[in-house]
Amino acid sequence: MVGYKFCEKLVSKTTYKKENFEVTVFGEEMRPAYDRVHLSEYFLNNDARSLELANQDWYAENGIDLKLGELIKKIDIQNKTVESHKSEIYDFDKLIIATGSYPFVPTIEGVDKNGIFVYRTIEDLDQMIRFSEKIKSKGKNKAVVIGGGLLGLEAAKAVKDLGLETHIVEFASVLMARQLDARGGDVLKSKIEELGITVHTSKNTKCFAGEHDVEKMHFTDGSELDANMVVISAGIKARDEVASAAGLELGPRGGVLVDDKMQTSHPDIYAIGEVANFLGFTYGLVAPGYEMAEIVVSQLYGETKSMLESPDMSTKLKLLGVDVASFGDAIDIHHEHTPIIFENRHEKIYKRVNISADGTKLMGGILVGDAAEYNMLLQIYKNGMSLPKNPEDLILGSRNGAESLNDVSALPDAAVICSCENVNKGKICCAITDEGFDNYKAISKQTKAGTGCGGCKPMVQNILESELKKMGRVVKNTICEHFQYTRAELYDIVKIKGITDYDEALNTIGLGHGCESCKPALASIFASLFMETANKQPAIQDSNDRFLANIQRNGTYSVVPRIPGGEITPEKLIVIGEVAKEYNLYTKITGGQRIDLFGAQLNDLPAIWEKLIIAGFESGHAYGKALRTVKSCVGSTWCRFGMNDSVSLAVKIENRYKGLRAPHKLKGGVSGCIRECAEARGKDFGIIAVEGGLNLYVCGNGGADPKHAILLATGLDEETCIKYLDRFLMFYIQTAGPLIRTAPWLEKMEGGIEYLKSVVVDDSLGIGTELEAQMEKLVSDYACEWKEAIENDAIRKRYKHFINSEERDENIVFVPLREMKMPEPWK
Amino acid sequence: MQNVLDKYESVMEEKVTYWYPCGHVEDFPENAGACIKYKHAQIAVFYFARMGKWYACQNLCPHKVEMVLSRGMIGDAAGIAKVACPMHKHNFSLEDGTCLTAELPAIATYPVKIEKDQVLVGFNF
Repeated sequence: MVGYKFCEKLVSKTTYKKENFEVTVFGEEMRPAYDRVHLSEYFLNNDARSLELANQDWYAENGIDLKLGELIKKIDIQNKTVESHKSEIYDFDKLIIATGSYPFVPTIEGVDKNGIFVYRTIEDLDQMIRFSEKIKSKGKNKAVVIGGGLLGLEAAKAVKDLGLETHIVEFASVLMARQLDARGGDVLKSKIEELGITVHTSKNTKCFAGEHDVEKMHFTDGSELDANMVVISAGIKARDEVASAAGLELGPRGGVLVDDKMQTSHPDIYAIGEVANFLGFTYGLVAPGYEMAEIVVSQLYGETKSMLESPDMSTKLKLLGVDVASFGDAIDIHHEHTPIIFENRHEKIYKRVNISADGTKLMGGILVGDAAEYNMLLQIYKNGMSLPKNPEDLILGSRNGAESLNDVSALPDAAVICSCENVNKGKICCAITDEGFDNYKAISKQTKAGTGCGGCKPMVQNILESELKKMGRVVKNTICEHFQYTRAELYDIVKIKGITDYDEALNTIGLGHGCESCKPALASIFASLFMETANKQPAIQDSNDRFLANIQRNGTYSVVPRIPGGEITPEKLIVIGEVAKEYNLYTKITGGQRIDLFGAQLNDLPAIWEKLIIAGFESGHAYGKALRTVKSCVGSTWCRFGMNDSVSLAVKIENRYKGLRAPHKLKGGVSGCIRECAEARGKDFGIIAVEGGLNLYVCGNGGADPKHAILLATGLDEETCIKYLDRFLMFYIQTAGPLIRTAPWLEKMEGGIEYLKSVVVDDSLGIGTELEAQMEKLVSDYACEWKEAIENDAIRKRYKHFINSEERDENIVFVPLREMKMPEPWK
Repeated sequence: MQNVLDKYESVMEEKVTYWYPCGHVEDFPENAGACIKYKHAQIAVFYFARMGKWYACQNLCPHKVEMVLSRGMIGDAAGIAKVACPMHKHNFSLEDGTCLTAELPAIATYPVKIEKDQVLVGFNF
């Protein structure tokens, strides 16, 4: 990885020319460099190529000669040549050693038995996968990971993903002993054990027993543990033997000695990454390795960059789904600092910050279970910023209304906000104050901040808000320039003032002439208050709602009739088929268990819908920010596992909320048992039948940022379930911002799911009855807007391509697609 | 496709050679757009009823070259009358045709006048 990073940094210099550098990369493995940090992902997708940092073409395009499967076995530092295992000799002007490390395998009796692996390469993983299948077929499934450090926990995740009973054995008394103190390690341990992994600390392996395959481990304390497979992850050892044989100096505990320019004892030879020993240590994290690569590149360009101090070992990781972060002097072995510790055994959260003895500076810290403050703490630590009056606010948050710590305004301009693109706060502020950018997108485009991993987006947004505030600009998520209110405020104003149409709203509380943001937002509010269909104020509807259909790539429309719960009679299926045939439409089953008919021209929409409505269909509102579908599994009527008639419940709920407009689209699901075939937890609301009633989940979605819905209430009867749903949906409709789905709405909600529970289940705001009554009114006032449209000549008149001609749009071109058709591709 | 785009060029009021009567005021939706056909051209006509103003532009969105602008939502950005394409919500000024949200070619605009409830769009072809 570090070797690749060197290449990447070398060629990305603006002055890089292929002619000036002749670069050859030797790799022992048959694949180009890949991402070992995310190695365990290989178990999930089995796709080695997705882990590649760059493909072979990339090397070729950049003039780099990549020699795979060729191991360098000898360096001749006098003649400046290297020799590969094929006995080929290559000469060099500069040599960069980035051979990384080996997994350290302790000499333990029986370590050569079958089924004992190290965790380092894709080949290691392939062997583990094969072996795990072999033992599983014999009914054995106990796997042990030796080593409870960072890599060991990654390996444990991999083993668990293989479906094996997983144990972690650690020699020290604490997990991640390099990053965590005893209490933090203990919290991490209990959190990991929650996942069904057993952790054994203070265990020293004496031997492995078993005939050919490993079967058992014996420990020095006399205890033993069944083990059908073992993964050793007990640390790393620098791959320095070739360098050593060549006469390069090594550190006392291994690793090629380098100076602050990454130069070895030979001035033309550099060592970077895990093989390098700098200031007496080797570094097993990518960030220091990348920094070393950068320094060598700058040397080759004649610049003078060098390592200033010992590399920053601060790190934030998600291990086995648990957030763990550690920065600065985290453990404070020498007891030089004053720790402030917060430990919550119930939620399994541990936070520690170390304050300098004089109480003025942050020296380091540990976060387990909740690492939300990591970015901020790291900035305070790195920039030597002064501490708040009550330093415990660093981990507890400010209380009693004191200024929030997460206030980015305290950061110095030099603070690096985006470490991917190395953008500091000063640059971001400058884009806001001097160049006048006032939204995240524009700032990101201008400064490149947030264009890498995107992790700094919240900080950039905080900086933006704080800078705008300083400039005296009010920061509020107002709808647009025409209405200086949030959507929730507008909802209340429209309701209280009794405003009934858009022009009235603009005249009384708005400015200017509206736009594509405030018009649909108000249309949605009117619909939520009065259940008015999109036909009443067509000009303020989003263009899809205006024509009650989804515009598709060539300006034609799609038609989606409602099929509640996905249940449909053969007669209705035949009608859909006949209509599709008559109008030559492309047909596809949607993700929401209904049928989409594509390619309808504007002029044909009323006639198509007339036929569908005669057959008993209604609008499916697929074009609207409205209830779409309630997906269901087949349920107890047919399924031998079903606990509940999920189809009937889904049909009932879909019919209850059909036509309901909301800040964004709404999707639901009902599963008849915990097998969850309806994928209800991927929906805005999901119901799963369990022994003893219905579990109600809310605020999930698929899409770009998938979220599982969260449990709101358990063991409900149908009536209560619908009552809670009424309250939940109405509360969302009244308070969410425009185009905010339920999951991000909940994420922004102060108090989160617990607060939502208190409002919906405990009725803590005392608005339960009101929410139910409003929903009841909307439900009873429902009308199918397509039925309304085809029965009204004035509305039918809207469905013409030309206002002055009966002709159709002659520009629409279709091309064949299998047995059907599609729009001509965009040029 | 490109030649479809090239077909449309803005017409200044003083260069109009023919005022084409495309319909009555009541044929057009208020505060929204409609498409008219003139020779082989598709023209979007917008009636800003609140301001009593009319605008016309090519129906073709230059982004993905689709005949859809007349179905877009209209409004103003800092006082400039605009239309938002229904496809990807790119905004175009109806005053001068420039794109307000991306670096896209400007759209062609045409003058509109009302005489005796007739909507007339000015062309030079």
